[in-house]
Amino acid sequence: MSSPGKKNLTDIVLYTVLILISIFMILPFVWMLSTSFKLPEDIFGYPPRLIPQNPILSNYTFIFQEKALLRILFNTIVIALGSTLLSLFFTTLGGYGFAKFAFPSKKTLFAILLATMIIPGAVMMVPTFVIMREFGWVDKFWPLIIPGAANAFGIFFFRQYISTINDELMDAARMDGASEFGIFWRIILPIISPGMVSLGLIFFMGSWNNYLGPLIYLKSPENWTITVAINALNGGAGLTYWGPQMAMSVISLIPLLIVFLVFQRQFVEGITAGAIKG
Amino acid sequence: MVRAEKRKLPDAFISPASSLWHRIKKARWAYTFISPFYILFAIFGLYPMVLSLYLSFTRWKGVGPMEFAGLINFGLILKDKVFWQSMENGVILFFLYVPVMLFLALALAVILNSGRVKGFRLFRTLIFLPFITNMVAAGFTFQILLEKQNGLFNVLLGYLGLPGIPWLENVWWARISLSLLIIWAWLGYNMVIMLAGLQTIPRDLTEAAQVDGASPVQAFFNITVPLMRPVILFCMITSTIGSFGLFTEVSTLTRGGPVNATITPLIRIYGLAFGSYQFGYASAVAYTFFILIFVLTIIQFRLNREQE
Repeated sequence: MSSPGKKNLTDIVLYTVLILISIFMILPFVWMLSTSFKLPEDIFGYPPRLIPQNPILSNYTFIFQEKALLRILFNTIVIALGSTLLSLFFTTLGGYGFAKFAFPSKKTLFAILLATMIIPGAVMMVPTFVIMREFGWVDKFWPLIIPGAANAFGIFFFRQYISTINDELMDAARMDGASEFGIFWRIILPIISPGMVSLGLIFFMGSWNNYLGPLIYLKSPENWTITVAINALNGGAGLTYWGPQMAMSVISLIPLLIVFLVFQRQFVEGITAGAIKG
Repeated sequence: MVRAEKRKLPDAFISPASSLWHRIKKARWAYTFISPFYILFAIFGLYPMVLSLYLSFTRWKGVGPMEFAGLINFGLILKDKVFWQSMENGVILFFLYVPVMLFLALALAVILNSGRVKGFRLFRTLIFLPFITNMVAAGFTFQILLEKQNGLFNVLLGYLGLPGIPWLENVWWARISLSLLIIWAWLGYNMVIMLAGLQTIPRDLTEAAQVDGASPVQAFFNITVPLMRPVILFCMITSTIGSFGLFTEVSTLTRGGPVNATITPLIRIYGLAFGSYQFGYASAVAYTFFILIFVLTIIQFRLNREQE
């Protein structure tokens, strides 16, 4: 067994590792924040300073006044909320269908559902773009809301979640003459609301941070989401608005940061549920 | 339930077909509930797949007439150095970051799970935080940190008396920089999954081994790692798909360069489709890529099963 001295040494090593890794994790956030208050000439000045020498707010006023940040935030929120709510509705409904009903071809249908999960959606970007153009959905929010609304991952998640619910609750409601949709809406949904919070957070984050989708579909600047808008401040060699870009980056993080810190437990549950069970 | 229903009627009255129809009709609500997935998949999954296959045999600029090209596109792929470079980059990136990331994730999870250190929640939160960050913001922040002249990383190296590193200008360093960004972003995610996996392992096992004289390091490699195999495999497969499917990280940190050293298949496909409007050829490349990844995933599964 280890001596007390060796134990202390191990503890010091463990804490050092944890603290060093934590610093590496936090550093980019700190630097982003610091750069967002710097003058253009100070951003790559020597020595690099954590606290800006001449802190300025103009990077922030620039993105609000010149780059229509409020409009961009509005777009991002509409798309993220829209896709989250619609996805929650369709995936809980589908999960309920698979968890609580017996029907012909159920196994085959479920196997198809699982098989679609291995298709990386991004591979389909060309044909999907062609279809969206046929629909007249280019430069609209729909391509970012509709296709993923009934995703297999969510249905799988809620099937697991709902199958633990006792059938007696539903049977009793059926006796009382409740409709099948009524049972789903009034009995199932309230019971699974913790799971809906977990998965809703994942959906919201996925949509908020999505870059490739908005990049393909949102053409006009007034329809951009925040990720595309941050990228657009990069004009290639020598033309990048680093300060405003970092300011917009800071703002892009705030909503998710708040949501994450408030709902951390549910967030982690949503992340791990799919991995450990699947 | 369905069987009980059948027994109520004398067998002579129902043919198998009408019985099936009866069962389908009875389950109409279930079909309604699961239908959105199949409808959306038909329109935005199956149809694009078929259309994509068709497009891959054509030459098409995205507008105007479609020209049938037979197998020309697939012949071009064989000679497409950039595409094969992008596949190679996927493999290289995988080996550059996945072993380091998964080892660190498991080690951190074991440390946090052991109860030896205080501040479990604080450390978990700090390490997980990058995962919720969008990679556009992160990529550009890393560009600033990794700047050659006065970027923070090189200046810190200078303070230690070390020469600056051409992070984004050199072929291998650019790949390492990209790996740094990916590890930064995904370490917390993998750690959280490993933590959940560790909670399914009885703690007595590792403790008993240590009582028997095994060092914590021996217990880690001989007990924890083998028991965590399924979780590690899950993380490895998601990382494989992840390293070939990189897009945002690359397009904001290295833009695929220098000299295509960090170009990934998705960057290539996007460039072909929306940069030079070769819709037919881009579709052929996408299909080839999909089949290659599919085969690779199956091989990974098989190898794992054989080892067991």
